[in-house]
Amino acid sequence: MGAYNTIAFDAEKCDGCGDCMTACATAKTGTTEISRSRIQIAGNAAEGFELALCRQCGDPKCVTVCPAGALGKDYASGVIDWDGGKCVDCLLCTVGCAYAGIALDAGTGHVAKCDMCDGAPACVPACPHGALKLVTTSRIYNEVGNWEDLFAPGLAGCQGCNTELLMRHTLRRVGPETVLATPPGCVPGMGSVGFNGTTGTKVPVFHPLLTNTAAMLAGIKRQYKRVGREVNALAIAGDGGASDVGFQSLSGAAERNEQILFMVVDNEGYMNTGMQRSSCTPYGAWTSTTPVGQGSGGMPSQGKTQDAKNLPLIMVNHRCEYVATASTAYMEDLYDKLDKAIQASKRGFAYLHVYSPCTTGWRFPTDQNMEVARKAVETNFVMLWEYNPRDGLQFTRPVDQPLPVTEYLKAMGRFRHLSPDQISHIQGKVVENLAFVKQMAQRQSA
Amino acid sequence: MEQTKYLVVGSSHAALEAVTAIRMHDTEGSLMLLTRDPHLPYSPTVLPYVVSGRSAPDAIFLRDEKFFARQKVQLKRGTALKALHVERNAAELADGSEIAYEKVLLATGASPAIPPIPGIDTVSYHVLRTLDDATKLNAAIKQSKQAVVLGAGLVGMHAAENLVKAGARVTIVEMAKQLTDGYFDTTAAGLIEKAFTDNGATILTGSRVVKLEPSAVGAKLTLENGTALEADLLLVATGVRPNMDFLAGSRVEQDKGILVGDSMQTSVANVWSAGDCAQARGFFTDAKVMNAILPDAAEQGRIAGMAMAGDPGLKAYPGGVPLNTYHFFGRHAISVGSSRVPEGGEVVTRFDEASGRYLKAIFKDGCLLGIYGVNEFFDGGVMCQLILRRVDLSAVKERFLANPLATGRELMSKLWR
Repeated sequence: MGAYNTIAFDAEKCDGCGDCMTACATAKTGTTEISRSRIQIAGNAAEGFELALCRQCGDPKCVTVCPAGALGKDYASGVIDWDGGKCVDCLLCTVGCAYAGIALDAGTGHVAKCDMCDGAPACVPACPHGALKLVTTSRIYNEVGNWEDLFAPGLAGCQGCNTELLMRHTLRRVGPETVLATPPGCVPGMGSVGFNGTTGTKVPVFHPLLTNTAAMLAGIKRQYKRVGREVNALAIAGDGGASDVGFQSLSGAAERNEQILFMVVDNEGYMNTGMQRSSCTPYGAWTSTTPVGQGSGGMPSQGKTQDAKNLPLIMVNHRCEYVATASTAYMEDLYDKLDKAIQASKRGFAYLHVYSPCTTGWRFPTDQNMEVARKAVETNFVMLWEYNPRDGLQFTRPVDQPLPVTEYLKAMGRFRHLSPDQISHIQGKVVENLAFVKQMAQRQSA
Repeated sequence: MEQTKYLVVGSSHAALEAVTAIRMHDTEGSLMLLTRDPHLPYSPTVLPYVVSGRSAPDAIFLRDEKFFARQKVQLKRGTALKALHVERNAAELADGSEIAYEKVLLATGASPAIPPIPGIDTVSYHVLRTLDDATKLNAAIKQSKQAVVLGAGLVGMHAAENLVKAGARVTIVEMAKQLTDGYFDTTAAGLIEKAFTDNGATILTGSRVVKLEPSAVGAKLTLENGTALEADLLLVATGVRPNMDFLAGSRVEQDKGILVGDSMQTSVANVWSAGDCAQARGFFTDAKVMNAILPDAAEQGRIAGMAMAGDPGLKAYPGGVPLNTYHFFGRHAISVGSSRVPEGGEVVTRFDEASGRYLKAIFKDGCLLGIYGVNEFFDGGVMCQLILRRVDLSAVKERFLANPLATGRELMSKLWR
C-alpha cells in the first residue's frame, strides 16, 4: 500500500469563479450544470470560499454505512469507488459523510462523488487561480518506501529533529554500493557509527576527524577506483565540521574535483556538543558561546555579532560539478537535487547543503521542525538554488512575495531577545543576500 | 473446548466494524466471528432491494472469505449462540459445544417481532430480516394478486411498494395514526401516503387486526372495525425485537435491549454489545434507548471493537442520533436527528405543494435538533455534525432554512475540516 495523490485547495486563492465545477460537470455529466459537479465551492466573497469534495478518506464512513457493498476503497489508487450496479440509491452514504463528499446528483437520481478522473482531475487545470493543486508528494514515499533503509533502526536523535529523516532518505537514494563518512557531529551522535562494535548502517561507515573528512573520503574513493570497483563516496557532515575546521580538506577535495558527494547538514552550530556557535550561525542567534545577558564593560551580550558564512556560495566558487541548497520542508526539491548530485559525483565533486532546524538548539517546539524550515524559505532567509558549471546558478524555488523575516525569527527562541536594530540588520542581510545570489544567477546564466 | 481472545457474535455492520477496529489495534489476537446466518455478511437494510429484484442476492455481501482470511478471523457461519455463560467465559452453541473467550461482543441484531394476533399461527406469513426471507418474498411477490402488509414502518412500506409495482392490490394496515410513525411527521407521512394511494395501494392507519384465519386465497384478516381482508400474501412488518434470548438467566443487564455504557460495555466487564440488540444512551436524552439504525450500529461496533482491543484512541459514544433515509416511488426522504419538539423548541417548516418539496427543522436555543426533507436534498452527514456539535445557528437560520445544502457546507468548512 502506498500513499496517494490528493486534490489540495488553497482557499485564499479561490475567487468563487466556479470554473472547476463547470469542468467537473462537463467531464462527468456532459453538461455545464454546476449543481451536478462533484467538486462544490461553497461560501461567498465576503467570508471566503470553501470546498465540499470527497476526501477519499483512509477510514471512510460512507463505506461503513453502505448496506449494499457499493462503495469501497481501492487501496491501489486510494480512490473510494462507487459501483452503480450495486448501489440501491438509499442515500445512507450521504448521511455518513461529514464532509459533503458524496451527494445526490439530481440529474441521474444516484449519488455521485469525486473519482479523481483516473489520476488527472479535470478540475485542477481548470482553476485559473491555482487554488486547486494535485499534490503528488506521495510519489517519493511510493517510490522509495519499499527501498531498503540502510540505517539501523533506532537512531537516537533529539525529539523532532529532521536529520534522521534526511539521513535515511539520503542513504536509501544513494544506495547500498556506498562508503559513508560521518565526522563528529549530530550524525554519528545519533548512531551512524554504531554501538558496541556494530555499525549503525548497513554499508561501510567510518568516523574521520573533523579536519580530514573530505581528504579521507577522497582517498577511499580513489583506492576503490584503483581496484576497479564502482562505489559512491558519501559524506554526511555538520556545518561546523565543514565550514570551520574541516574547510581546508573540503576546499582541497573540491579543488581537485574528487568524485565524492559531500552533504552538509546545516543546523547552524555545534549542536551535539552543547550548541556552540559555528561560522554558519546567523547574526543575532543565541548559542552557548554567544550568550544573551549582561555582558561586560557596559556592552550587553545579544547573541552572535557576526553574520553567517555562506558556505554553499563559497563552494560555487570552486566550480564544483554540482552545488545545491535544499530543505526538508521541500522534499521533492531535495530529491531532485540528490539525484543530480549522485550523477555529478560520478564525474567530480558534488556538494549538497541541507538546512536542518535544530529543535533543541534553536529552541522551538518539537512538532515545528518542518514549519521552521518552511518559514526560512518563505522569508528568503534560506534560498533554494542549484549550480553546475554549464548552466550556472538557478533558483529552484524562487519566493516571489517573501514574508517579513520576523515570521521566521519569531518561530524560535534563539532570536527572542533581538532588538529592533538587530532585526532590521537581519532583514537587511536577507535582502542583500538575495540580491547577491540573484546577481550570480543572472551573471552565470548570461 | 475451542478458545479465542475475541469472540464476535453477529455478522452485520456492528460486528464487521468491531472486527476492523480490533484488527486496527491488535493484528494477531485470535478472533472468531460467529453468525447464525448461513451466508456471508450482508446488511438487513439492503434486503428490500433483494425483494424488489434490484439487488442480486449474490451481489450484496459486505465481505468475502478472503477478507476474513486476510484479517486472521475464524468465521463460523450458520452457528447460532444458544447461551452465554459469563460466569465461566464460555459461549454455548446450538449444537451444545462451547467456545471459551476472553472478550465477547454481542452484535446479534434483531428479529421480527410477531404481534400476538389471535390465529396468527394458523396462517402462513412472510417476514423480512434475513436474506432467505428476502429471496422467499421476492419469489412470492411475483405470484401475489392481493397482498396485505402489517406495519407501515420503513420495511413494510418498502415491501408494499414492491408489491404495488409487481401489480398486486396492496393494503397496508398500521396501528398508529400515521404511517412511518417515529421517522416522519404527519405532513411527510401524508406525502408518502399520497404516493402510495396514487399508485393504487390502500392504507388503513389506526387499524388493528383482531383475528387471522386461513382462507381459500391464503389468509383472512378481520380488523377491529369489522372489516375483513383477504390476502394471498401476508407480510408481518410490525417492528423488531433484539436477539438476546441467549442471555436468559445471565447477569448481563437487559431492558428493551442489552444495556451498555459509553464504550458499549455491558454490566459484565468482558462482555460488550453493539447494534440493533444494544440499548445505549441517546444523544437527546440520558435515558438508554433503542436506536436500531445502520449508521449507529457501525458507530457502536467500532467503539466496542476499540474498547475490546484496548485502543487508546477510543472516544466515548456521543449518544445515538436517529438517521433515516427512505426512497418511495422515485422520491426520497431524509431524516436526521430528533423528530420530537421539546419544550421551548421551535419548528420551522417549508412546503411547496406543487413540487412536493418539504422541509422541516426543529431548533432549541439556536441549535438544530432535527431536520427532515422530502425531495429536498441536504447532506445528512453535515446536518448530523451540526447536531452533534450543538452548533448555534441563530445567526444563519434564515439562510440555512432557505438552502440547507449550501449553508451546511459553508458551516462545515468553517467548523470542521
